[in-house]
Amino acid sequence: MAVPAKAKTAGMIPRKKADRIPLWKHVKQEWKLYSFLIIPVIYFIIFKYAPMLGNIIAFRKYRGGPNILGTEWVGFTYFEMFMKDPTFWRAFFNDLTLSVSYLLVKFPVTLSFALLLNEIRRIKWKKFVQTVSYLPHFISMVIVAGMIKEVVSLTGPLNSVLTSFGLEKISFISLPQWFPVIYVTSGVWQSLGWGTILYLAAMTGIDPSLYEAAKIDGANRFKLAKHVTIPGILPTIMVLLILDIGSILGSNFEKILLLYNPLTYETADVISTYVYRMGITGGNFSYATAVGLFEGIIGLILVTIANTVSKKTTKSSLW
Amino acid sequence: MKRTSTFNLFNILNSIFMILIVIFTLYPFVYLVAQSFSSEAAIYAGKVTLFPVEFTTKTYEVILSKPDFFHYYWNTIVYSVTGTLIAVTATAVISYPLSKDKLRLNKFFIPFVLFTMYFGGGLIPNYILVAKTLDMRDTIWAIVIPGAISAFNVILMKTFFASLPYELEEAGRVDGLGVFGIFTKIILPLSKPILVTIMLFVMVGMWNNWFGPSLYLQSKEKWPVALYLKQIIDNAVSPTEIGASSDQTSQIAASIKSTAMVLTSLPIICVYPFVQKYFVQGMMIGAVKG
Repeated sequence: MAVPAKAKTAGMIPRKKADRIPLWKHVKQEWKLYSFLIIPVIYFIIFKYAPMLGNIIAFRKYRGGPNILGTEWVGFTYFEMFMKDPTFWRAFFNDLTLSVSYLLVKFPVTLSFALLLNEIRRIKWKKFVQTVSYLPHFISMVIVAGMIKEVVSLTGPLNSVLTSFGLEKISFISLPQWFPVIYVTSGVWQSLGWGTILYLAAMTGIDPSLYEAAKIDGANRFKLAKHVTIPGILPTIMVLLILDIGSILGSNFEKILLLYNPLTYETADVISTYVYRMGITGGNFSYATAVGLFEGIIGLILVTIANTVSKKTTKSSLW
Repeated sequence: MKRTSTFNLFNILNSIFMILIVIFTLYPFVYLVAQSFSSEAAIYAGKVTLFPVEFTTKTYEVILSKPDFFHYYWNTIVYSVTGTLIAVTATAVISYPLSKDKLRLNKFFIPFVLFTMYFGGGLIPNYILVAKTLDMRDTIWAIVIPGAISAFNVILMKTFFASLPYELEEAGRVDGLGVFGIFTKIILPLSKPILVTIMLFVMVGMWNNWFGPSLYLQSKEKWPVALYLKQIIDNAVSPTEIGASSDQTSQIAASIKSTAMVLTSLPIICVYPFVQKYFVQGMMIGAVKG
C-alpha cells in the first residue's frame, strides 16, 4: 500500500510538461477519463462522506425521521453523558483488552507461521497447508460463532476432554473470565492463514540473488531468515502493524455481537456493541453516535501516530 | 543446499507443526459434520467428538424436504449475484482513471478514496442514512449498494491497471479506439485475474452477510440464509417451524443447528479449493506490483 507513491514519483518527469497547461484545459482534454469518476464519486459522497457528516448528530438532537443532521444544537451534552457513564468505561477497557491481547498473540504467531511456511520446500505440501489455513477466513461469522458455541458447549468436545481427565465441566460461553480466551483463540483460528498472505507475497518479491550471496557467505537457513527474509518483508510488517494499531479500539463487532450475552457483558461488551445496543436497539441515536465518533477519532489518531513513528524509524508508511 | 542434521530436524519439527495447524483449522468443521449426522441423544450425552455416533440423516431429510430453507438460499443467491455485479463494475470504473498518473486531479481523488479506509461514518449515521434518509428499508438496495466500493479493492485494482503496459493502450488508440473502447476491449480482458479476485471477495462477503440484512430487512421472507441460520442458532426457530412433525422434533432439536450450518457453508467449502488460487494470485499481484 506504500508502493503506489513510488510509482507516482517515477511518472513525474513526463508530467512536468503537462503541468503547464491550465487545469481547466487539462480537464477538458481528459474529460472522457474523468467522466468515469462521476458515478463512483457520487457514491462516495453519499455512502461514505454523508455518514461522516451525519456524525453531527452527536452534537445535535436527533428525533428520528429522514433528517440526518438532527434538529437543534446541544453541544457536548452527549459526550459529557458517556464520559460519566460507567457502562461506557467498561466497554472502553474491554475493547482495549480484547484488541491488545488479540494483537499480541496474532501478530507474532502469524509472522512465525509465514516464515515457517516459507521454509517448506515441497511445493504441494506448502500449497495444501496454505489452502487449508485460508479456509476459515471465508466462512460466515454466523457459522464461526455457531461453531465456537458448539465446540465449547457443555456437551461439546472441549468439555468431553475435560471430563475424560476427571475435571469438572465448564460453561465457557456464560463465564466472563473465559470470554477473552475464546475471543483471542477463535480470532487466531480464523485469521492465521489469511494473515500470512501479504507476508508471502512480499517474500516472493525478495531478490533471489540476496539469498545466493548470503549462502556463499555461509549463512544457514536461520541466518537467511534473520538477515534476508525479515528485512525484506519489514515494510509489509510495518504497514500491517500500523493498520492493526489503528483498530486498537474496534474489536470484531460482529463476532462479539453473536457470541456475547448479558452474563458475559462484564468482559465482552465493547464500544461497538454498546453503540449497537444504545442506538439501534435502544433508539438513543445521538448518544450512540457520540460514542461511535469517539471510537473513530481515537482510531484515526492512533493510525496517524503509528504511521509517523514508522515513517521516521523504518521509512515504511501507509501514506 | 547441504542437508545437515539440524536441517533435517528442523524439517521434521516444521512438518509436525504444519500438521498440527491443519488439524487445528479443520477440526471444528469435522465436528460440525459429525454432529449433523449423529442422533440427538448422542449429542446431549457429549459422545460426539470426531465421528458421527448413531448415524442418522433425519435432520437433512427434514430440512431438505421443506422449501423454506431453499427460499432463504435463493435470496442469498440473488443478493450475492446482484451485489457482485454492481461492486465489480463500480470498482473497475473508478480504479481505471485513478491508475493514470497523467490525470492531475488524482492528487485529490486518490486521497478522497483512501481516507475512507481510516475513518468511517460509524454505525448509527450509516443506519440513519440508509434506513431513514434514503428509505431503502426492506429493499435489496440496502443490502447491495452501501458496501459496493471498498477503498481496499480500489487499491488492488488500481495497482493492477497501473502495471499494464502503456503501449497496448497506445496501439488501441492508433487503431481508432476511444477511451471507453480501450477500457472495455483492451484493459478489462487483460485484467481477468484481478476482476475474478474482487468478484470472489465481494461474492463471499455477500454470501456471508447477515448484519446488514438484520438491520434493514424487516420482512422475514426477504432474509438471506445467513440471517435465518442465526435465528436457528439462537434457538428462535424451533424444529416444528422448519417443518418437522412432532414426533421428529425431539430427535432433531440438537443436530438441527449443525445441519443448517453445514448446508449454509457447503457451497463455499465446495467451490473454495478451486477458486482459492485465483484470489491468492490476485492479492499477490495487487499487493506486490507497482
